[in-house]
Amino acid sequence: MADSQTAPLEPITAADGTPLKKKLAQALFRSRVRAVSLVVPLFAFVMASFVIPIIALMWQGVYNDRFSSHMPNLTEQLTMWDGLTEPNEKMYEALVADLKTARADRTIGRAATRVNQESPGTRSLFTSTARKAKKLKPPFKESVIKANKKWDNIEVWQAMKITSQDLTPGFYATALDGRYTVDQGFVRQDEKRQIYVKLFWRTMLISATVMGLCLLLGYPVAYLLATLPLRTSNLLMIMVLLPFWTSLLVRTTAWIAILQSQGVINDLMVFVGITADDARFSLIYNMTGTIIAMTHILLPFMILPLYSVMKTIPPSYMRAARSLGATPTMAFIKVYMPQTIPGIGAGGLLVFILAIGYYITPALVGGQDGQLISNMIAYHMQKSLNWSLAAALGGILLAGVLVLYWAYDKVIGIDNMKLG
Amino acid sequence: MAKLPPYTSTGEYIWHYVYRGICGLIFLFLILPIIVVLPLSFNVEPYFSFTKGMLNFNPEAYSLRWYEDILRNGMSAPDEPFGWAWLADTWNNGQWIRAIRNSFFIGICATLLSTALGTLAAIGLSRSEMPYRRLVMSILISPMIVPLIITAAGMFYFYSQVHLSQTYLGVIMAHAVLGTPFVIITVTATLVGFDKSLVRASQSLGAGALTTFRKVQMPLIIPGVISGGLFAFITSFDEVVAVLFLASPEQRTIPRQMWSGIREQISPTILAVATLLVLLSIILLTVLELLRRRSERLRGITSS
Amino acid sequence: MSGLTKKIIAIAGASAFVSSAAIAADLTVVSWGGAYTKSQVEAYHKPWMAKTGKAIVSEDYGGGIAEIKAQVESGNVTWDVVDVELSDAIRACDEGLLEPIDHSILPPAPDGTPATEDFLPGTLHDCAVANIVWSSVYAYDSSKTRNWNKPTTMADFFNTKAYPGKRGMRKSPKVTMEFALIADGVPVSEVYDVLGTEEGVARAFAKLDTIKDDVVWWEAGAQPPQLLADGEVVFSTAWNGRVFNAKNAEGQSFEMVWDGQIYDLDLWVIPKGSKNKEAALDFVAFSTATEQLAAQASWISYGPARASSEARIGTFHSDDSINMADHMPTAAANFKNALQNDFEFWADNADQLNERFNAWLSS
Repeated sequence: MADSQTAPLEPITAADGTPLKKKLAQALFRSRVRAVSLVVPLFAFVMASFVIPIIALMWQGVYNDRFSSHMPNLTEQLTMWDGLTEPNEKMYEALVADLKTARADRTIGRAATRVNQESPGTRSLFTSTARKAKKLKPPFKESVIKANKKWDNIEVWQAMKITSQDLTPGFYATALDGRYTVDQGFVRQDEKRQIYVKLFWRTMLISATVMGLCLLLGYPVAYLLATLPLRTSNLLMIMVLLPFWTSLLVRTTAWIAILQSQGVINDLMVFVGITADDARFSLIYNMTGTIIAMTHILLPFMILPLYSVMKTIPPSYMRAARSLGATPTMAFIKVYMPQTIPGIGAGGLLVFILAIGYYITPALVGGQDGQLISNMIAYHMQKSLNWSLAAALGGILLAGVLVLYWAYDKVIGIDNMKLG
Repeated sequence: MAKLPPYTSTGEYIWHYVYRGICGLIFLFLILPIIVVLPLSFNVEPYFSFTKGMLNFNPEAYSLRWYEDILRNGMSAPDEPFGWAWLADTWNNGQWIRAIRNSFFIGICATLLSTALGTLAAIGLSRSEMPYRRLVMSILISPMIVPLIITAAGMFYFYSQVHLSQTYLGVIMAHAVLGTPFVIITVTATLVGFDKSLVRASQSLGAGALTTFRKVQMPLIIPGVISGGLFAFITSFDEVVAVLFLASPEQRTIPRQMWSGIREQISPTILAVATLLVLLSIILLTVLELLRRRSERLRGITSS
Repeated sequence: MSGLTKKIIAIAGASAFVSSAAIAADLTVVSWGGAYTKSQVEAYHKPWMAKTGKAIVSEDYGGGIAEIKAQVESGNVTWDVVDVELSDAIRACDEGLLEPIDHSILPPAPDGTPATEDFLPGTLHDCAVANIVWSSVYAYDSSKTRNWNKPTTMADFFNTKAYPGKRGMRKSPKVTMEFALIADGVPVSEVYDVLGTEEGVARAFAKLDTIKDDVVWWEAGAQPPQLLADGEVVFSTAWNGRVFNAKNAEGQSFEMVWDGQIYDLDLWVIPKGSKNKEAALDFVAFSTATEQLAAQASWISYGPARASSEARIGTFHSDDSINMADHMPTAAANFKNALQNDFEFWADNADQLNERFNAWLSS
């Protein structure tokens, strides 16, 4: 038996004399650095070309200096103004000075468009007064109002006060069907201009419907693929993978050809006699078309995760349940289905997240009532050029998706994402 | 079809066939658009629907004119006789030819970039010493999750500020970012099954870190890298939203050309292009399948 | 194949792509595509290329100033000359996105009238020079047998009892709302005054509500002829030149109803910072000369923007029996009940009315 004398605890050293603990920490540090340096190039790339652009865009949703940068004097006066009393001579003086410079610099259009977003009709007011600005003489208040009566309307000045604020919640207010006013704070938007909230709901509804349909159609197929012998299931898997690998536009074009009034399905219906020639089904350029096309496109995203989960369920469980006396239905519901819940969650969340961001399919086959929020974002980026409003709408959409992404991570874990 | 076990009841028996019928219908739903597109692209009339002639298999009703249009569309002198000048004309001016060239050029460059960066990152992420693993992983995978419209709008806005918009580099960068999540996912999945004792064995035989990487790790993860690369290539090849925002008419890719074909020019040429793309997908799918089998064979030898 | 050979082939392939990816062009001219671009290629591009020996690349786009704005603000302007609608031209000019065009470079008419007097009123602007007068009308396919009386007025478009079936309309409040008011009985001279009031807008939407369920909304100029030919719609609003082209070059039997037509201008603009500015200005001056505008009129039925060209309008390029002058928006027979698009009104109210239109569409 060894001498159990407790010697003072000397630190264990490595071959070169440094304490083992320190050596271990050094080695660990070095391997950490190596791991990090492998990841850094991609991380920097993703940051620079993806994260920062999105943040830059989101910033536009709350910061817009178009007015204040082109009309500096007026902005100064407007910040001092309380928004309720009548505008004074100094404000009119600043207005005229700025109009003159803006006209000379050819930047008047930008400020005018910005104010027009708040108060429709003010654009031509700005541009026409700017043309006359050189000839206006003090007292400016009288001469400006003489040039155009609309300047006497305090709402115009209130609109300018709002747009002169660089940091503004106005765009998010508009995105939620509200308006930000000087005197009343947040108010609801004119009923007839309320579209965005309805569009958000419709996007959710269509995405939920598509998710439900995908689940309904995908579950039986995944079960079949998981339980058939490998050779047959690989062959059938081609039918799932081929659409998955085919271009989105190709599939959408094919659906246009199939669903249109003179398309394959309607021709078939008329041929078989289900419907008359002039009462063809309207299957496209509406919500139905969007749902059908999106279900088809997102179905592989539901089948593949379900398949990979179902493959790991041993068939002996079902046999055991049957041997204990359960009917086939009962065995399925009580024993098999609960084990597939992770797959349902994974596929469902994935399909839902992809569906709410969809742009191409609704744009091509959606018609008027199959439009989603992403179409509105694209419209504001490209047609109305109201990039700030597009950023605000995008910000709300992004927030929703990030919440769902976080939920997906908690429930399933992104590490476990499998694509077959 | 497997023989049903002897304890199946009549109800189960009927359900067994009904169930297969339902699944058959769903498979039909999945594959129908792709099958429909193929014959429609041979339609001699400029319509998107089957004509009477086609349904009667009348050979007059079929033609290759839309495939020819792929070559001719945009040429300055399309009716000249076939020869070197005609080929040069279509190579320089043909709209679809330009789109095909751009798609391949941008696709290959974006794939190389995303595969290289993604593989390195996946290897780094698979190490257990990596700090903040989950956070970094979620940031690197986020391009797949963030709605494409927001990504495209953001890139459009930001790249315009840094003079990258409407250039080849901008589009390649955008596509590379969108493709890397796929590379990371597939390579990570391959690395999960990777036997770490092989690395130790190689080091015990005297190999340095780089040699180990090149000769032991790479050959085993190559299938994952290649399938990730294929995913990335297909993502770039198919991608239309970012191209809509970021590309000038010079950089139009095939999907971008199809988009304007559907919205503005409306001719069945896009169906002909669609058929060619389906053929391309089939080829890529076959390559993937062969790779998977190869990796299964390799794993069979080296699995613990 | 050895690794080295593979690499060489890859590099050679890549460089082949790169070198041929850049297109040699002395001028990039952008327009709306289809039959319209073809008419410009024949009447403007080819003669200009013959005259100067330079090459023109013709691009298509779908309208709007988003691409111009993106290019100008990114400092990478690839478009030299763009054909835009009037409201877009004014807006882009106001935002400083276009090069100013000095009207003295425009050639005079053959009889010596200076360009500034020869061009129709309202066609010359600071940054834009008009080339055509085009019009929105509605059309139908007369080969599809129905027991109808021929439709003659805008009100007929909205009459689903006498003319049942689907209608195609442009997915934009512009033109759509004016058509609704005209059909509701507002005289053309008062349409914009009425539309400027709250009651007027409500009235337009009420009229549109009567056919809302039957409308197929189109966005691209090429769609209306397609919709009519496919039988998807019985009526469709369309741009008159496209209908004329479908009828006379493609053999469709479409008829147009000119009552309540809303005519507008298309203009050439030059984005600011264009790399070929001199060539662009030369092209604009050349293509808006009397001869060229009249030549274009023989390819598509859009009216020339110069008075001197109107006298020179000839026959259709491929069919001498068709006298183009009869098919212009400005021809006397067609011009009886016409309204000019008020670009100031739309510059002010487009944002607001677009929002209301989208809200109405989704309700």
